[in-house]
Amino acid sequence: MEPMNHYPDPIKIREELVEKYPAKVAKKRTKSIIINDPETIPEVQANVRTVPGIITQRGCSYAGCKGVVLGPTRDIVNIVHGPIGCSFYAWLTRRNQTRPESPEHENFITYCFSTDMQEEHVVFGGEKKLKLAIQEAYDLFHPKAIAIFSTCPVGLIGDDVHAVSKEMREKLGDCNVFGFSCEGYRGVSQSAGHHIANNGVFKHMVGRNNDQKEGKFKLNLLGEYNIGGDAFEIERIFEKCGITLVASFSGNSTVGALENAHTADLNVIMCHRSINYMGEMMETKYGIPWMKVNFVGAESTAKSLRKIAEYFDDEGLKVRVEEVIAEEMPKVKAVIDEIRPRTEGKTAMLFVGGSRAHHYQDLFTELGMKTVAAGYEFAHRDDYEGRHVLPNIKIDADSKNIEELKVEPDPEKYNPRKSEAELEALKEKGLEINGYEGMMKQMLKKSLVVDDVSHYESEKLIEIYKPDIFCAGIKEKYVVQKMGVPLKQLHSYDYGGPYTGFVGATNFYRDIDRMVNNPVWKMIKAPWEKTGNEAELAASYVTQ
Amino acid sequence: MLLRHTTKEVKEREGLTINPAKTCQPIGAMYAALGVHGCLPHSHGSQGCCSYHRSTLTRHYKEPVMAATSSFTEGASVFGGQANLLSAIETIFSVYDPDIIAVHSTCLSETIGDDLQQITKKASDDGKIPEGKYVIYASTPSFVGSHVTGYANMVTGIAEQFAESSGEKKNQVNIIAGWMEPSDMREIKRLSAELGVKIVLFPDTSDVLDAPQTGKHEFYPKGGTTVEELKSTGDSKCSLALGCMSAEPAAIALEKKCKTPFETVDMPIGLGATDRFIMTLAKAAGVAVPDSITAERGRLVDVMTDMEQYFHGKKVALFGDPDQIIPLTEFLLDLGMKPMHIVSGTPGLRFEKRMREILERAPYANFRNGMGADMFLLHQWIKNEPVDLLIGNTYGKYIARDEDIPFVRFGFPILDRIGHSYFPSVGYTGGLRLLEKILGVFMDRQDRDALEEKFELVM
Repeated sequence: MEPMNHYPDPIKIREELVEKYPAKVAKKRTKSIIINDPETIPEVQANVRTVPGIITQRGCSYAGCKGVVLGPTRDIVNIVHGPIGCSFYAWLTRRNQTRPESPEHENFITYCFSTDMQEEHVVFGGEKKLKLAIQEAYDLFHPKAIAIFSTCPVGLIGDDVHAVSKEMREKLGDCNVFGFSCEGYRGVSQSAGHHIANNGVFKHMVGRNNDQKEGKFKLNLLGEYNIGGDAFEIERIFEKCGITLVASFSGNSTVGALENAHTADLNVIMCHRSINYMGEMMETKYGIPWMKVNFVGAESTAKSLRKIAEYFDDEGLKVRVEEVIAEEMPKVKAVIDEIRPRTEGKTAMLFVGGSRAHHYQDLFTELGMKTVAAGYEFAHRDDYEGRHVLPNIKIDADSKNIEELKVEPDPEKYNPRKSEAELEALKEKGLEINGYEGMMKQMLKKSLVVDDVSHYESEKLIEIYKPDIFCAGIKEKYVVQKMGVPLKQLHSYDYGGPYTGFVGATNFYRDIDRMVNNPVWKMIKAPWEKTGNEAELAASYVTQ
Repeated sequence: MLLRHTTKEVKEREGLTINPAKTCQPIGAMYAALGVHGCLPHSHGSQGCCSYHRSTLTRHYKEPVMAATSSFTEGASVFGGQANLLSAIETIFSVYDPDIIAVHSTCLSETIGDDLQQITKKASDDGKIPEGKYVIYASTPSFVGSHVTGYANMVTGIAEQFAESSGEKKNQVNIIAGWMEPSDMREIKRLSAELGVKIVLFPDTSDVLDAPQTGKHEFYPKGGTTVEELKSTGDSKCSLALGCMSAEPAAIALEKKCKTPFETVDMPIGLGATDRFIMTLAKAAGVAVPDSITAERGRLVDVMTDMEQYFHGKKVALFGDPDQIIPLTEFLLDLGMKPMHIVSGTPGLRFEKRMREILERAPYANFRNGMGADMFLLHQWIKNEPVDLLIGNTYGKYIARDEDIPFVRFGFPILDRIGHSYFPSVGYTGGLRLLEKILGVFMDRQDRDALEEKFELVM
């Protein structure tokens, strides 16, 4: 693909982006705006505090914990301990689809549970109300699990959600109750909440059920939340290949599946940012290796399937995977052949999430489109530069507050699925075993990498680069579109999808084709506003 | 079934709210502040609050919703948020250059005891507020009231902090808008102009949250009440508050500060409430009601008479916010319908009192507001006594689908349809729109369910 030569000097662009900031802010932001070089991969300042007053895309720790990681599992009753808002805003807004086994099976995703904390509880404590709420939820629904999420005031007034959970778990007997200290002020973004969620799910759920699922090739799919049905498409492909999915973390998932996850022989990771902790902890405790995959993009899906077959090292599986790819790819190719002439050479910007800004570049590449700038909303340096930088990441006051679980090999259940030598051999073959190379290696030289992009910077970037499409979330959607540039939401998919796998790729191609080539973008100016027309109108009246 | 776990048996709950019919104060404060021209709302709390409020308002309006946050971290939560707010004020004025920053608090900043008055004073003393610019504030802890009271608190803050009395009265009337849509605010302005009354409407989100596509993003769109207009409210003849919950507190504050007398009327939704609004405004301004408005009224009554057979005796369940629920319930009764089940998560004695008055005509109705009044309870009531129509925000679609009830979207938030920001629900024209929607779902249902031989061409 053509390099980034015909754009202004990126160093000048960076200067322009920070020009209006107060000096201290400009200095800080400069470290998060990086001119990429895929060969040397420069350092990106990431996972640091957003400057107060800056209009950021970021949310909070609670959103990462309840909204992202725990929300998609259908049979947990998720009670939000706090004032009403936090639970209300996370009610069904993330489009986590789920398909209960039968009409009788549990599905609480459509419900919103809150302790609706009032002033008296802030003053005198809310533990009593929380216990009542847990009891009432149990009496009404008899769920297998109840999870408690702390919102900002809870930590400050000292309510102990963990002690309450333990007391209620013991009292109820047949319901697993556990709490999360995911107050919104923890950490610097949603990311802190992901880590807190991983810790809780690992501690309280994984390993509780030793039933062995049938199947020769058993894996867990980590960091796939089934937005727009993404997990359904991956499940379809796995089934076709003869791969057994033990548990998804956590789209279209259940308590039972999560509790059973330690019986799988491989963890494949989609969203590295939100779930890599789980991969690491399960490797240490149970001996299950993890591998980074990407099912966003048809080529990427094929590649990921081949890697899985390589991991299991089974000829039958390798053959089956090739058959499935051979069967699926012609349908994909037919769509791409039709669309690519209309998308070829167009440009995209992606500022979103903690993995999506990377994954979706694969789809744009398949469309012949160029990513001129990208960045994450809440990722860390390893998501940009690759996991090899992990030992060099400075632990600051904000990340120090997030608990790191001390994990030991389980005396009974630890069983290394592969020997060190086998893992090394797989890495040699290009499998990202216990590893992730990050986003920047894949991006063009001189393209721009911006972490935690601000509203102001986004507008400037659009003015300078004039991209054909901008990818972000709901808060940015109509701002960017008011500028005459289509915005693709990569959290909610603009209520479409799925975008994973083979079917998803074709959905995405069609959506992007529709967006960048929609005639409406040329209708923004009224005919009488177009240059020349005014004079024409006036002139015709004069001559009448 | 999407709500398969909802039981028919109603059991009193003390700890657990399920499917709330309200949200928290700060989002109301953010919405109100967007109705002031050149104003940037600012959320003094964690990033998540601001992000959630912006997301919800954006989904409801399909428009840019700009707002900033103090981005609290654990340090700020322990040591206080003053440093964050001061730094935010400095950054906002240099980067986004608003005329006004409207700060609202959150449960976090209230729990740690941040004093917005003291911090904004310090910002002013430290020279962080440029000449001719303003920082205003409202206290909106999420553990008190609801989004409705949060809106009222910010509108009160706007009135208190801008209104001035110059000593000279102006021939104008303040209309304090309760929480209504930009389309409704536009309609209030049109009706007032039709009456020939000069008004100052605040807040006013028309031309802010229904901005045109021009190919250019206006960070501060052309709409919103201006500072000059807000200052002049202290000199107005009187104030008219549209809604006892979301508008009246600001009218009281204005009376206290500038001795501007006020009257509160129900939000003008439906026939009776619109009649009272028109009469009160005409009286306050000393004008006669023109024939054009009488004709508008006549068109609404005409549809009510022509289509009465479709309304009569129909049972309705509704949920939403006080200032909408009050006149809507009255309108349903005027149409001969039966409001059977009504919930609102918003607490408030004024609300309860007004509902009791209206429900004297409907002794059969179940009504509950505040604690325990959630959509789970509403659904249970419906299971016990089924209805013909459900009216409420988008979340109602789950009940409507499970119970197969015709559903009219009305209130906040509406996340899955457009129209509310463009077509008013207030005034006689708004009444027509409501009737069109109600008749539409009834008749679609009749067409869907009719036997072939009973399928009607004319209805």
